[in-house]
Amino acid sequence: MNIPIESVKKELETRLPDVKLRLIRDSILIENPEDLLRVALFLKESPVFLLDYLSSVTGADYLTFLESVYHLYSMAKKQGPVVLRVRVTKNNAKIPSLAPVYRSAELQEREAFDTFGIVYEGHPDPRRLFMWEEFQGYPLRKDYEQEDADILETADIAWLEARGIKIPDEMKEKAKALQAAGQRAVAEKPEKPRN
Amino acid sequence: MAYTKNKSEVDETLRADLAKKGVIWTSLDFLYNWGRRSSIWPMQFGLACCAFEMIAAACARYDIARFGAELFRASPRQADLMIISGTVTKKMAPQVVRLFNQMPEPKYVLTMGACAISGGPFIDGYNVLRGIDRYIPVDVHLPGCPPRPEALLHGLMVLQKKIASQEIQKAAWYQKGLKREFPIPELGPNGLIPKFNPEVWQPAKRNPRKEHYGQTILVGKKQKAPDLELVVAAKSATPGAAA
Repeated sequence: MNIPIESVKKELETRLPDVKLRLIRDSILIENPEDLLRVALFLKESPVFLLDYLSSVTGADYLTFLESVYHLYSMAKKQGPVVLRVRVTKNNAKIPSLAPVYRSAELQEREAFDTFGIVYEGHPDPRRLFMWEEFQGYPLRKDYEQEDADILETADIAWLEARGIKIPDEMKEKAKALQAAGQRAVAEKPEKPRN
Repeated sequence: MAYTKNKSEVDETLRADLAKKGVIWTSLDFLYNWGRRSSIWPMQFGLACCAFEMIAAACARYDIARFGAELFRASPRQADLMIISGTVTKKMAPQVVRLFNQMPEPKYVLTMGACAISGGPFIDGYNVLRGIDRYIPVDVHLPGCPPRPEALLHGLMVLQKKIASQEIQKAAWYQKGLKREFPIPELGPNGLIPKFNPEVWQPAKRNPRKEHYGQTILVGKKQKAPDLELVVAAKSATPGAAA
């Protein structure tokens, strides 16, 4: 069963008058990320909605800003979803964590941090989820530069030579030229990212 | 797969005819290879969805036991064949190479499915290795997404053919100076270090995929995502539409 999003917005505006909200399609955008925790706590505890289940936390890159989308359901009332959005800039991508309110946010926030670099403040275990600790960059951001897997770089050459593996000269020269130019071997990318 | 024909001087049909009459005429190579090829023990090791086809091949309907390969060993020390069944992610690749190193000679590798061969549908992914043959030598490539159990049985038969064609005197694992331990790649800041082992694999000179599609990364239909803000503006402009 669906909850009409306008009624959620109206209820939120009467109970939390200082929280700025905006409707985007069938979802509510919380203008100030700081208010997210209050809104989520209210929706969870309010007897009208009883949204006790956070089904998904998603990151998204809209080029000019990053977004985090939350889908809330009510197991008690068998209804939902209510979709919340929070937007942050790339330079200051900090959103309060929902893990203290919903336990299910814990791993999904780690995933969004891993792939989009959104920092969830107050998360009990803020590590990468899928990629390894030494990995640099956030691979699902549109400006991520992926390595070209067919061209060896100086780090690879040094690693291979330390283990006594023969490397063709042209590969060595290519790696040297790349290092002289101060570049990485980056996979070819379209000029404009897909919207 | 390249395999040499059995160079035994005994004619295969003559050998079969004599066997029917109760005369066994054999060479040491033949007997030895018959024993080896009829009891290939694979490693119990699944990486992704192809593993389910491997499991199905081991069950009663397809019954890999007919080929003597039903004994899936949970330890690389007891295995002859490594079936790489599924996507090899960059995070998993070091462990796969390490397991290969731990297997005793003679050892064989069968890659199962498009992902293990080349990265498959995930070839442009940031997290998937473009084929395990970048780090270890592969004996049988088995295409499919995933290959059916019959295809796995066929791959096994091809491997048996390869084993039957080997000679004890020329077999690699009896030669001196055999280097079959491959360096284990490490997890680096942008992916694996090294990206491939040039002694095992080198990139092809031409890239047919790029020639065909033009752009390496971006293939498929270009679709613009709907502009969320505009839709809201239109809804609020026409009263009643929002309800």
